[in-house]
Amino acid sequence: MLTPDDIRKLGLLARLEVTDGEIADVSAKLTSIVAMVDQLQAVDTAGVEPMAHPLARPQRLRPDVVTETDRHELYQKNAPLVDRDLYLVPKVIE
Amino acid sequence: MHTKTLAELGDDLRNRRVSAVEITRHFLDRIERLGAELNAFITVTSEQALAQAAAADRKLAAGEAAALCGIPIAHKDIFCTAGVKTSCGSRMLDNFVSPYDATVVERLAAAGAVMLGKTNMDEFAMGSSNETSYYGPVKNPWDQALVPGGSSGGSAAAVAARLAVAATGTDTGGSIRQPAALSGITGLKPTYGRVSRHGMIAFASSLDQAGPLTRTAADAALMLEAIAGFDEHDSTVLDDPVPPYSRLIEEPWDGVTIGVPENFFDDGLDADNAAAVRAALDELAKLGARLKPIRLDNIGQSVPAYYVVAPAEASSNLSRFDGVRYGYRAPSAEKHDLATFYMRNRGEGFGAEVKRRILTGTYVLSAGYFDAYYLQAQKVRQLISDDFRRAFADVDIVAGPTTPSPAFRIGAKTDDPIEMYLNDIYTIGANLAGLPAMSVPCGFVRGLPVGLQLVGPHLSEALLLKVAHRFQLATDWHARVPPGCA
Repeated sequence: MLTPDDIRKLGLLARLEVTDGEIADVSAKLTSIVAMVDQLQAVDTAGVEPMAHPLARPQRLRPDVVTETDRHELYQKNAPLVDRDLYLVPKVIE
Repeated sequence: MHTKTLAELGDDLRNRRVSAVEITRHFLDRIERLGAELNAFITVTSEQALAQAAAADRKLAAGEAAALCGIPIAHKDIFCTAGVKTSCGSRMLDNFVSPYDATVVERLAAAGAVMLGKTNMDEFAMGSSNETSYYGPVKNPWDQALVPGGSSGGSAAAVAARLAVAATGTDTGGSIRQPAALSGITGLKPTYGRVSRHGMIAFASSLDQAGPLTRTAADAALMLEAIAGFDEHDSTVLDDPVPPYSRLIEEPWDGVTIGVPENFFDDGLDADNAAAVRAALDELAKLGARLKPIRLDNIGQSVPAYYVVAPAEASSNLSRFDGVRYGYRAPSAEKHDLATFYMRNRGEGFGAEVKRRILTGTYVLSAGYFDAYYLQAQKVRQLISDDFRRAFADVDIVAGPTTPSPAFRIGAKTDDPIEMYLNDIYTIGANLAGLPAMSVPCGFVRGLPVGLQLVGPHLSEALLLKVAHRFQLATDWHARVPPGCA
């Protein structure tokens, strides 16, 4: 059973606001989803390795060389607020 | 023109019976007339399309054209397209203009394909009905009161309504195959890693895969050839060579053994839908396939395993959307401290389903729950994969229904997430195991299309396409046209 308090805690972890108007519905729906995935507990997985890759292939590596160029002007075209190449956000330190 | 397949149009173009500009204008007109009612497109790129078509005509005149040159296609709005809005069906990216092209987009453009626009989709690919889009639901061309399926609902509706010759989609739990089935078209999810995910907005990185939605398997083969293969920008792409699928589908097939999981044909499957799928399997038997009943013991755990793994990976992938560098920033955000700033940007930018999945993912990854949920789900995933591997020791492909029923009414399942999730009950297994899988139209149930799903071992796309192609030479389900789209 996921309570509104649980949802608020999860919201804080996920940096996701759940409004007072939404919280009852979200708690109810998440409770039913968790109940559904709890079915997994019935499966005997003793000795089974968690899947790391669907084809069991190793992670490909590449040489440690710089291949990209600085294109921040292009990328910052989508920025909400930029000043002298810096992204502006509300003050962090009081 | 719009009734021709990609292969047929390609032939017309190369023999100069029609120009790319003419074909593109024809499809843009259709989109203008029919597109709005279906809501299949988020962005239509008319000017660009005509410019690309003119460039294709120059290539065709010089005689250097390949199979896709001049062919009008649409891209699911999950693929980054340089200079063009890329929204992922979300308010979060409503103002986002991509600075680069996804590899899939780049490769199709290099092959000369013409981009008509970006198709509507469930928000961040989370959905099975195209009802979670910020831009409103997509209508099924067969009955506009019904869903086309999702999350690649716009791409499926566009191809079904003949608004594009082919389209790209993505499939994480069934999002190419399920809308293909509900909209009466062909959809292919390749082997995990067969196609680059660079520039494809990430939902669940160990499950996501790009693929084509087309009207025929032969067309899907041409699309797959153009997009598959190694890409240095995606560290999960396979470097296995890409077979010439369009040539291989014509090769003779003898002694294909098809495994039919009997546990799929239970009470959860609509009886008429089951009958249509069984009739399709009988048709394959008549064409020379051997049918063999099999069991996939752990397949019943697909949906629970998926709804741990996918939300967990999504909660990580969507953490980049914070309103700092791009995307939605709440108008009130400036007045708050940083934590509230993030919470409000994300709380307002994301829709309800996306928020539910992020919270679910956060829950199953949180301290004290990681072992019980995420690790357990990854172990169950291994069991499901092993079940398929054992089956493939005995049979060449596994076949069954793509969906538990034909298309349902818009709004019918939006109150109960679990009911919505169960639409993917047959498709999810292939994503968990990284296997290639297709849906092909195989009949009609109460006037609506249904699909036959084919699943193969890793990297068996050529075999799947060959079987599907042979089926489509002997049947005409894939050639049926929705009302008003002729």
